[in-house]
Amino acid sequence: MAVPSVAAQPRPSMLSRISESRNALGFGFMLPAAALLLVFLTYPLGLGVWLGFTDARIGRPGIFIGVENYQYLWNDNVFWLSVFNTLLYTVSASILKFVLGLWLALILNENLPFKSFFRAIVLLPWVVPTVLSAIAFWWIYDSQFSILSWALQQMGLIDHRINFLGDPENARASVIAANVWRGIPFVAITLLAGLQTIPQSLYEAATLDGASRWQLFRYVTLPLLTPIIAITMTFSVLFTFTDFQLIYVLTRGGPVNATHLMATLSFQRGISGGQLGEGAAIAVAMIPFLLAAILFSYFGLQRRKWQQGGGD
Amino acid sequence: MKFTRRDVIRTTAGAAAGALGSRFVGSPAFAQEGLKYKPEEGAKLRLLRWSPFVKGDEDQWLANTKRFTEATGVEVRVDKESWEDIRPKAAVAANVGSGPDLMFVWFDDPHQYPDKLHDVTELGEYLGSKYGGWHDGPKQYATRDGKFVGLPLATIGNAIVYRESWVKEAGFSEFPKDTAGFLELCKALQAKGHPAGFTHGHGVGDGNNYAHWLLWSHGGQMVDESGKVAINSPETLKAIGYAQELYKTFIPGTESWLDVNNNRAFLAGELGVIANGISAYNTAKINKDNDPKLAEIAKDIRTTNLPIGPVGKSVELFQVTTAVIFNYTPHPNAAKAYLQFMFEDPQMTDWITSSAGYCCQTLKAFDNNPVWTADPNNAAYAKASATLRPNGYAGPLGYASAATMADYVLVDMFAKAVTGQATPQEAMEEAEKRANRYYRV
Repeated sequence: MAVPSVAAQPRPSMLSRISESRNALGFGFMLPAAALLLVFLTYPLGLGVWLGFTDARIGRPGIFIGVENYQYLWNDNVFWLSVFNTLLYTVSASILKFVLGLWLALILNENLPFKSFFRAIVLLPWVVPTVLSAIAFWWIYDSQFSILSWALQQMGLIDHRINFLGDPENARASVIAANVWRGIPFVAITLLAGLQTIPQSLYEAATLDGASRWQLFRYVTLPLLTPIIAITMTFSVLFTFTDFQLIYVLTRGGPVNATHLMATLSFQRGISGGQLGEGAAIAVAMIPFLLAAILFSYFGLQRRKWQQGGGD
Repeated sequence: MKFTRRDVIRTTAGAAAGALGSRFVGSPAFAQEGLKYKPEEGAKLRLLRWSPFVKGDEDQWLANTKRFTEATGVEVRVDKESWEDIRPKAAVAANVGSGPDLMFVWFDDPHQYPDKLHDVTELGEYLGSKYGGWHDGPKQYATRDGKFVGLPLATIGNAIVYRESWVKEAGFSEFPKDTAGFLELCKALQAKGHPAGFTHGHGVGDGNNYAHWLLWSHGGQMVDESGKVAINSPETLKAIGYAQELYKTFIPGTESWLDVNNNRAFLAGELGVIANGISAYNTAKINKDNDPKLAEIAKDIRTTNLPIGPVGKSVELFQVTTAVIFNYTPHPNAAKAYLQFMFEDPQMTDWITSSAGYCCQTLKAFDNNPVWTADPNNAAYAKASATLRPNGYAGPLGYASAATMADYVLVDMFAKAVTGQATPQEAMEEAEKRANRYYRV
């Protein structure tokens, strides 16, 4: 029996071997995405972290100064005020957005007349550009021309205009309210989408078992909605934590820095003030908070018990 | 690059350039003697300027630009941004190395990135020698180490704008010229229900103008001549004390005011006295035919310079805008030709006239523009370039002065003290600490 000659079979070229390799092909398909991530995410992030360790200014690369920027920020009252403001803003606004958004989603999930119309209306604050809604709130909160003050005065509930943006406490509450108004639609519509994926048969079965409306919500709706809630709230927290436009238009961080968020302070010092290094350091200081929010959501999503409505 | 009229004629002798050449020769602006820049072949320019507060300013700038395009064939696209957004846009353009070829920037922006700006010393010196010299204040903003890194374009003056009838009703036959009398007037106005209002909020222009006047008029200064922070001083405490007294006479809410609030409240008849550019008066004057209320206000408005404090002389900040050419432009000659054209007479005269008192000349030869006598209310703004004091006084302009002002160090110092969030001493020490950070102690 003749043994086939090995030499008779041409050895596949490197190119054809690569083209036939599933691994290589997969790697090749991933390359554009990896390049995009590298250019638009990793590089800016890395540059930001590096700048935080330099005394870079606008127009000047700067030199490495170690943790000097962070040391200064550690002793800077305005920075800590911005951290406090950011946390207060994020926590308050996120909780309010969640509660009101969930409530709206539950209502819109009912068989209401003109359901589509109401859903479209709910989306409006989300559709309006942030700057425009900020300008609208600017008028609502104006110290002289506030329509809210005017209405309350007309109703005899107050006898003088409310200093919405001039008093630090009022200013904080006002910007939080504006953020809540703007963010509710995102939460409401996303949760509504989640609600609609819950099979009706589960509610029917639970109803046959004699479950009350609260029990339906607690033991059917909430467990099945939890993964959506986790994702929605992760995004909501991230958007709120990094908010910039509302503050920039409404107060520019005033009065006396009472509404400065870390993002606005970073911009003020890094871009307007030209202190790129310090601005970058403030922005980098946001990362641990953002990571914590992401990790909380990530690990939350992994918990099967949690997804199924159980506790830890 | 210099080129003479002979060069122009020689260049335009070619058939291909015939049409362009005839426009050069025929243009009165380009028929004059002096420095000439030959725009690069096929040059197009993009200018980013601030949105106008007085419409005539923009209209005339565009008309002058059109004249330039007709004379040179160089197209110029003029974009505009809200004036407060110019500073970050310019900073990003300088840092990234991409964006508009020319830009109108504010205050000490050119000192933040002088290496990114085209050297226009030749043009600056030429214009200065031809038009009676530059006013010193605006020139300081545009020059660094003896070189022009931009051309001082205009000063936006800031003056007291008040209702004459209300001041008289408050018992004052004329507007007080000193800070003590001014405080008494504000008290009287408040008692009559026509309070004053000056912003303690993060208003880039109004907030800084007011805060610097408060400090300087009492002899205080952020830094001394060597750039050493000197805000912690008895003079600063006096300024804060005065601000606290004045604040008690204000309409509520000034802590939140940005740059437009005072105009709006004044034109709505809520206020008796503000400090502002000519724009508030202009708005009333322009719209008086459509709005009887504005007609009444326009008739009653008077302007005057801010009162003189214990320091004994007028000391005010004012907004200065500088025209800069970024290094990255592929058409520096076209850009320089454009700026030269816009600064030359009659373009500059027309622009100052059309700006109706909003843009004050930086070249002394234009001091006698008829606009300053056309309306008595314009007079308070006429000498803005001649009398201004640059921020960062008494130290040099640079990164530190720019950052200190951008971070509202002075504005917040006064706001903290007047609103009772800190004692005057605490507010002053906080300001000192923040200023030291920028001046790197």
